[in-house]
Amino acid sequence: MTSVQLWALLPLLIATASIVATMLAIAVYRHHRFCASVTVGGMNLALIAVVYDLITGDNLAVPITGLMTVDAAARFGMVLILVTTLGVLTLCHAYFEGYKRNREEIYLLIGLGTLGALTLACATHTATLLVGIELLSLPMVAGVAYSMDERRAIEGGIKYLILSAAASAALFFGVALIYAHIGSLDLSAMSQALSAASLDQPLVLAGAAMMIAGLGFKLSLVPFHQWTPDVYESAPTPITAYLATVSKLGVFVVVLRLFHYGSSPISPLILTALVGLAVASMLVGSLLALRQNNLKRLLAYSSIAHFGYLTIVLAVPGDESLRAAGVYLATYLVTSLGVFGVMALVSSPMGERDAEHIDDYRGLFWRRPYLTSILTAMLLSLAGIPLTAGFIGKFAVISAGVGAAQWLLVGSLIVSSAISIYYYLRIVSALFSAVAAGSERVSEPMGWAQSFGGLMLVVAMIVMLWLGVYPQPLYLLSGQLAQH
Amino acid sequence: MILVWLILIPFIGGLLSWQAERYSRGLPRWIALLTMVSVLGTSIWLWATGDYSITGTGFAAAAGQTPSWTIEFQAQWIPSIGASFHLGLDGLSLLLVVLTNLIGVLAIACSWKEIERNVGFFHLNLLWNLGGVVGIFLALDMFLFFFFWEMMLVPMFFLIALWGHNIPGGKGRVYAAIKFFIYTQASGFLMLVSILAMVFLHQQATGKLSFDYHDLLNTPMGAQVEWWLMLGFFGAFAVKMPVVPFHTWLPDAHGQAPTAGSVDLAGILLKTAAYGLLRFGIPFFPHASAAFAPVAMWLGVVGIIYGAVVAFSQTDIKRFVAYTSISHMGFIVIGIYAGTEQALQGVVVQMIAHGLSAGALFILCGEIYERLHTRDISKMGGLWSRFPNLPPILLFFSAASLGLPGLGNFVGEFLILVGSFDAAPVVTIIAASGLILAAVYSLYLVQRALHGAPQPLPEGVQLNKQGLLKDLSKRELVMMLSLMALLMGLGLYPQIVMDTAKAPVQAVQTIYKAATTPSVVAVTGANP
Repeated sequence: MTSVQLWALLPLLIATASIVATMLAIAVYRHHRFCASVTVGGMNLALIAVVYDLITGDNLAVPITGLMTVDAAARFGMVLILVTTLGVLTLCHAYFEGYKRNREEIYLLIGLGTLGALTLACATHTATLLVGIELLSLPMVAGVAYSMDERRAIEGGIKYLILSAAASAALFFGVALIYAHIGSLDLSAMSQALSAASLDQPLVLAGAAMMIAGLGFKLSLVPFHQWTPDVYESAPTPITAYLATVSKLGVFVVVLRLFHYGSSPISPLILTALVGLAVASMLVGSLLALRQNNLKRLLAYSSIAHFGYLTIVLAVPGDESLRAAGVYLATYLVTSLGVFGVMALVSSPMGERDAEHIDDYRGLFWRRPYLTSILTAMLLSLAGIPLTAGFIGKFAVISAGVGAAQWLLVGSLIVSSAISIYYYLRIVSALFSAVAAGSERVSEPMGWAQSFGGLMLVVAMIVMLWLGVYPQPLYLLSGQLAQH
Repeated sequence: MILVWLILIPFIGGLLSWQAERYSRGLPRWIALLTMVSVLGTSIWLWATGDYSITGTGFAAAAGQTPSWTIEFQAQWIPSIGASFHLGLDGLSLLLVVLTNLIGVLAIACSWKEIERNVGFFHLNLLWNLGGVVGIFLALDMFLFFFFWEMMLVPMFFLIALWGHNIPGGKGRVYAAIKFFIYTQASGFLMLVSILAMVFLHQQATGKLSFDYHDLLNTPMGAQVEWWLMLGFFGAFAVKMPVVPFHTWLPDAHGQAPTAGSVDLAGILLKTAAYGLLRFGIPFFPHASAAFAPVAMWLGVVGIIYGAVVAFSQTDIKRFVAYTSISHMGFIVIGIYAGTEQALQGVVVQMIAHGLSAGALFILCGEIYERLHTRDISKMGGLWSRFPNLPPILLFFSAASLGLPGLGNFVGEFLILVGSFDAAPVVTIIAASGLILAAVYSLYLVQRALHGAPQPLPEGVQLNKQGLLKDLSKRELVMMLSLMALLMGLGLYPQIVMDTAKAPVQAVQTIYKAATTPSVVAVTGANP
């Protein structure tokens, strides 16, 4: 290990240290705000380490023992992961303040998951992939089932545990099959094998299919999506936010390394499979969201559709589409964080169940005008309306699709986004629907515990609008994803 | 920079009037009114002082010309994707900007008494919508154009969904608002795909990634590609115009929208589509447009006849006006695709005249509804004996709508028909029958609503001491009289408008003519 390698690895080391520190903090002094600050502080330090590297370093790719490489793409992924994690941690603090049982372990779980996501962002070997994916999923099983005395939470946790274990098994069986053919576990070798896959290589094809199934499960692409609405619904809202953002983000960086970073374009067979997944995710996700009255299930289906849009970039070779992926990911993250953030704050302090039915949100504007304005803007951003970040993301993806003349994908995106308008606007109109006279303009007070969460949301809102109006810096930054 | 202010002032004014609601309910209205009056004043000042004999529309068609606009503004925006903040003003955009700001003032004035809930947020939406529309008329960068095109839908959605009416038997204002949104958004994405395809073709040919209007005008493309891309643009504009069969959102939206929303929708939103065709649709794809012209013109004829016939059978007065709009917009489609200078001048006059007359009719609908609490024509009858001033004004605007000589609509429709006759005689002859149908439905409205024995008053409506209903207030009278004066001015002396629009109209006509002349097609085909 040289000092360069240690420097490059610093964010992961800091994240690990902050997890240990959180564990010790819980053991020594069980105090909600204190334990939260320890984790938040650690993650902030890790973020500073990455950003410092990004600004001052020459952004070289630093290989570490063949298992990991910290390159520009990894740093970009790590920044997104850490920023989103910090957002989720803030939400946790506001949300769990009113929780009766042990609240502090949630920070430990999120810290572990984030370490997994960071590992995935740097992974260049299937062993690292294995460690990262498991480190990311297992804490989330506990996170989903966090309120253990609730039947629904336990059910969701077990569902996630079993299905995600099955998906990992499929993924690694696929890895094994490809390994049998090429004799290497390196991700770039895997990527080569995937781009050269042809009909006379049954091992590679079967392996690729199983890998796509496993990764598709983690990204909840149709037809591997069934777990998503159930788990999203049963998890506490900040954990839902985490599942929808960080855990997919980490996996997507690996997917890019596997399916996009190869020196030659992807094999037509696999391309067809990816196009199929993308089209199915876009259409099925949007159609199933139409009939949902539960906001979390609706957002689950909408996130399925959104990752369908993102899958378009896998079908388009070239650096431009990587940049589109970066832009899309950043806009999606800030928007999702905003939507789930408002839900968490509306649900908090934790009552019988979260505010997740559309009726809970009817006329919310009259009770909580600021939160509702933020939620409205975020929903419009999910729908991809100009002035919001979502438009820029959708624009980037469409432009990648049109550039490669992938008309089927572009057409599905248009249809899907037309459908999606309906369910987003349905929520928006519920938010503003009239309530009984007299109860107008009664703002509910915001406790101080929520004010951190509120601040985070205001920042997310500003970032979201800023990206929507002036996305140039984001475009430049997303170029990082293309440097690998 | 003044162009930027034309867009920014409504946005800032909207934010101010939103926040002003904390202090009083009247303040947002005054701020909004002041905002729109100031931009209206600015745009009229621009009209009075500028030289509108130049235009950058389709400059590439005339060789050796550099693009020049009366006022132009360009700033860097997103160089990574080749989009810049590029605005330009010529006679065509100026006329429409003036119209937008005028209609904006009227929309604020007509909701003075109607809107009682969330006055601040209402004016935020109204002003942002107006600002977005002005942005559409000024944008010279396709990314920016699309940005405004989609952005202004959101405020319109809120106007319909939050302050609209739930008419009995209708499907509700939220339904109408979402329908409007989905129609325009989905068709907008078709246009986005066309824009992107054009940008990539241009990049392949020149190596320059650019969304700029001037750059994209030179995009080389094969005949088939041009055809597809033209359809993408036409799709978006046809939904917005609306061209039958893409019109079904319009009656619903008008039926449920508040008065200001309807005025806005009929007065200016529909005009953005016609503007888009003139500025972008035809100059980008002259050959495909020329080939497509017969289809488009027949769609226009269908719109004229269909709108008129369906309007005749409406009982809801707002849906009635909505269908007459479809009929009138049919003339605009025909005029645009006929492509002669006379027809195009007619299109411009018709856009303005229809904006004024339809706006006035919707305001009158709102005023009748305020007094009678019904929009059902069959329950009106005999209004002439109930009001001193409202009925003659309604008669005036009905007459304008049927194309009475001396009023703006006559000039527009007459020029369109005269100009189109050479290009497509059969279409023109059938379209001319629309004028007769317009007379039928307009007079039928007048006869049913104003004449005859007074109908029993709907519940809850009281007559005053003189046995009359409350007549137009001074504010309403001023609005109506100024609209009447403007329509008469446009009808008696349209030359001012035609001089202003001359340069862009001639430019469009030159492009179109070059595309329809076979020899020119052969030459450009040989040198792609």
